[in-house]
Amino acid sequence: MDSALIPKGVKRCPFWQFALFIGISGLIALWGVYAMFLCWFKALNQTNMNDYYGFALWIWADLAVIALGGGAFFSGFLKYVVGKDELKNIINYAVLIGFICYSSALLILAIDIGQPLRGWFIFWHANVHSMLTEVAFCLSCYFAVLTIEYIPLILENRQIDKIPFFHHLSHNMHEIMGIFAATGAFLSFFHQGSLGGVAGVLYGRPFAFREGLFIWPWTFFLFTWSAAAFGPCFTISLTKLIEKVTGKKLVKDNVIDLLAKISGWMILTYMIAKLIDTFYWGSVLAPQAGFTFSEFYSNNAFYGKWILVLELVIGGIFPALILTNKSMRQNSKLLTLAVICGCIGVSTNRWVMVCQVMAVPVLPFEQWQLYIPSWQEVATTILPVAYGAILIAISYRYLPVFPQERELNPIDEGEAIEPAEDVPPVMATPQPVAA
Amino acid sequence: MKHSSTQNNKYGMVIDLDKCTGCGSCMVACMAENNVPFRKDESDKTKSITWMRVYKVTNGKSFPDTDICYIPRPCMQCGGMHDDGHSPCVSVCPAVATDYSHETGIVSQIYTRCFGCRYCMAACPYHARYFNWWDPIWPEGMERSLSPDVSPRMRGVVEKCSFCFHRYQLAKDKAFVEGRETLREDEYQTSCTQACPSGAITFGDLNDPTHAVYKLKNDKNAFRLLERLKTNPKVYYMSTRSWVREACDNYIKGEMPQTAAAHHHQEHH
Repeated sequence: MDSALIPKGVKRCPFWQFALFIGISGLIALWGVYAMFLCWFKALNQTNMNDYYGFALWIWADLAVIALGGGAFFSGFLKYVVGKDELKNIINYAVLIGFICYSSALLILAIDIGQPLRGWFIFWHANVHSMLTEVAFCLSCYFAVLTIEYIPLILENRQIDKIPFFHHLSHNMHEIMGIFAATGAFLSFFHQGSLGGVAGVLYGRPFAFREGLFIWPWTFFLFTWSAAAFGPCFTISLTKLIEKVTGKKLVKDNVIDLLAKISGWMILTYMIAKLIDTFYWGSVLAPQAGFTFSEFYSNNAFYGKWILVLELVIGGIFPALILTNKSMRQNSKLLTLAVICGCIGVSTNRWVMVCQVMAVPVLPFEQWQLYIPSWQEVATTILPVAYGAILIAISYRYLPVFPQERELNPIDEGEAIEPAEDVPPVMATPQPVAA
Repeated sequence: MKHSSTQNNKYGMVIDLDKCTGCGSCMVACMAENNVPFRKDESDKTKSITWMRVYKVTNGKSFPDTDICYIPRPCMQCGGMHDDGHSPCVSVCPAVATDYSHETGIVSQIYTRCFGCRYCMAACPYHARYFNWWDPIWPEGMERSLSPDVSPRMRGVVEKCSFCFHRYQLAKDKAFVEGRETLREDEYQTSCTQACPSGAITFGDLNDPTHAVYKLKNDKNAFRLLERLKTNPKVYYMSTRSWVREACDNYIKGEMPQTAAAHHHQEHH
């Protein structure tokens, strides 16, 4: 039914299967959209946030998807700035995931603010001293860059590509994509960092506060580093997931291995820095404010030392050891386990830096504050997941997301929709302009 | 730009905790004066707006040694680490919806500028900032009793104690008409100060030696909440009871109590 839109030389599932998947995901997304409108029209009393928990599930989700979406900027950085050319075979998918993550982050922010119609004040009345201002500017700019990086992929659709204007536009965009990838990497280094700075500058909150370099607390650098380290884990996780769902191999092992290896070394070095930071914070900074390290993890029903183990050991040291070891990371199951643990580790870090910061009492006569999100918060947090699934499904079906797919999954002549041609990777190689 | 706060007024408060009976008059007066909204059901205190909130603290001992202290907590109007206006909340607001006045030392909140990101609430260790989770709904007829000098807030924005800034503006207007530049101590007083039946709250210019707060803040029993965080509040407390002074900051076990208070006095003497 939609075969004219499907890339040449690849096989896709029957349309009804695709439509069913989109339908189910769409229903989940609709549930989220309903909750979103409730929050907009009835205000944030629809959530279980309160004056102690001003930052909660949404801000965590925001920070988590941005960290996980870090695979886009870091892969772009490795491909275009460092020159790791093999990554051209996964860069489209990394960009797509990044686009989903960042658009989701912006949407969540639009729901999270109390007066959404005043959202533009952050640009118009910008306070240059606020980390959140830096986040807003860099996030928006980088989202624009991701859109620019995603557009050529859309233009690669068989039918769109037939229109000469779009064909030429796509070609010209390919020519300058390196500049955008480098710009994106630059912007990302800053906004990932400023998201870390959001918590690190809170000198009234000893659980979050860190010293640093000039105006930037150490969390600034740790967040950038961790996003670069764990972002590729998410890219690999989703590649494995889509390979499982489609039953096809879509990216060659050497590409995954290279990304996993770089991710592993990044995680290992990040963990060294993070452990030093944790030690200094627990032994110097917190005591200066009158707190012991163990006070942050006791006398409450949820935040125990287990969360440190989850973040630092299971979600940090464990994936680092596996991914830096060649024989272990080349074991498919261990690799999958490691990248999933990595995603859990960085998400836990973001949870701790948002929600535990709010939970720890600072006034000696205050209590720990725990919070359970309302269904509206959960639905609006699941919304980006459903939206992401839809966008990935549509992109995978109609766009040449994986340049190696045809080579890895040769199909019979009869099955092929049209005679195969060499489809180059969209972001990687400029295509010749048709005469 | 570096501002010198010594040339300007620095309004602040000294609250004598030994005089506070916990009656709540300051809270009521504050709500009435500042058009603070409330709901039919105010049982969830994590969503109640109380610019002035009175905490009840006990020494944890059983009878007959048990003792209670009530701690009224307005906004601390923090001056920041170097008293340069780098308050925890002001420095983080992305839209300059809250600002530090070097003329008065008061941290303002611009309701029509605030877009409700709540970063300032996350930054404030005193929980002095409140979010409007609902639009204000006044009981029928009550609109007529609202103060015309204070704008009511809409949902989705943050609000907090302003040291009754509208009273400062009115006093300044009056002084201007009379050809004066400075205010007398009694011309500008907050509503909580005037409502306190036991006279526990003293308000004035911390920089002016003729004001009572100037001397009181240097009392040997004076201290501030969470002094060790270096937020530099303009609200001081006094108590002759050492457990009360110790209950207002965090100390590590075995650490010399009153370290922070002693540090504060070193700075001020």
